[in-house]
Amino acid sequence: MYSRRAMYKRKYAAPKTRIERKKKEKVPATISKPVGGDKNGGTRVVKIHKMPQYYPTEDVPRKLLSHGKKPFSQHVRRLRASIKPSTVLIMLTGHHRGKRVVFLKQLASGLLLVTGPLTINRVPLRRTHQKFVIATSTRINLSGVKTPNHLTDAYFKKKRLRKPRHQGEIFDTEKEKYEITEQRKADQKTVDSQILPQIKKIPQLRGHLRSVFSLSNGVYPHKLVF
Amino acid sequence: MVFKCYMEIGRVAYISFGLHAGKLVAIVDVIDQNRALVDGPCSGVRRQAMPFKCMQLTDFVLKFPHSARQKYVRAAWEKEKINTKWKATRCAKKIEARERKATMTDFDRYKVMKAKKMRNRIIKHEVKKLQKASTQKGSPKKGAAQKALDAKVSAKKIPSKKAEGQKAAPAQKGQKGSGQKAPAKKGPAQKAAPAQKAAAPKAKK
Repeated sequence: MYSRRAMYKRKYAAPKTRIERKKKEKVPATISKPVGGDKNGGTRVVKIHKMPQYYPTEDVPRKLLSHGKKPFSQHVRRLRASIKPSTVLIMLTGHHRGKRVVFLKQLASGLLLVTGPLTINRVPLRRTHQKFVIATSTRINLSGVKTPNHLTDAYFKKKRLRKPRHQGEIFDTEKEKYEITEQRKADQKTVDSQILPQIKKIPQLRGHLRSVFSLSNGVYPHKLVF
Repeated sequence: MVFKCYMEIGRVAYISFGLHAGKLVAIVDVIDQNRALVDGPCSGVRRQAMPFKCMQLTDFVLKFPHSARQKYVRAAWEKEKINTKWKATRCAKKIEARERKATMTDFDRYKVMKAKKMRNRIIKHEVKKLQKASTQKGSPKKGAAQKALDAKVSAKKIPSKKAEGQKAAPAQKGQKGSGQKAPAKKGPAQKAAPAQKAAAPKAKK
């Protein structure tokens, strides 16, 4: 079946002896790393796999298998049927409670991205929770409006002030006061400039967005049609 | 108070609550103290017994003998044109207005609020003008001024405000005089503009 030359080739390599087979590739156990500072010698030899520094006195019992417990990032995001993009929402909590805002889209965390627009009611591009919002049936035509892609949860996340490094000034932390970045202003402008012409098309809608929702005598939320 | 409407054969009644709430029926026969045999061929109510309590009398009476068949009730109903007559009554209009008010959306409520505000401003303006005129000209004119004011106020009544709110052009306000300075402050500017342009008073629907 094989040609005689191939047969000869196959036979030519000397078979691996037992000793050679047992001799494995030696995995390096240590590595030498550079170390700073004068008079320290340039390098240290460091073990790659160290011995454990702690052995528990009791064995940790095996956890039972759980089912369907997902981390927050993998949760299913739902949106109320009454909330659709370009719906006018009434904010119920927060600094802007009572204000009517325009809904843009739902972010990956499930929060809603809304905007005032800023020139109408001083609500910037902001996140709100859909539970704390009343969805009205008023809609704007935002079919041609594109919200920038970089408006994600990470963009809107609150920044923590840096912990003081030095022991002296404990109270004087940086980034204490929130400042509106230029990026935010630019994004606000791009989004609002697309929405405002659509708002102007519907008569009286601008005034409606400027007004604030409130209850008065004889007005019952369960009887109102929004 | 002497009663003018009676529960009689042929009386058209409005059903106020229950399964057939809001519909008109004709009383065909009386069963006992509390119930009547009732039929509403033109309003989608089958012939059935109905308690008097859920019926409210209207002004209309049909002419048919007691226990008449549905065919004759329908004939009498259509002859009298009850459906159109009922729609023209104040009662029916009020009911309709109430229903429309209940289904107003948030945006509609805002528009109605603006319309009311505008209208009240116009009325107040007229009142002030008349008051000023009457004080300047002395007391004998006050009676005439009061009558003129009443006429103006009644002319400004808007029967169904919601219709206007929904049309998104509620500039159909009656006005008197051309020297109107409708306030263009917070009120929607587009309303003030057509209001100022109109010289003759617009008829209200």
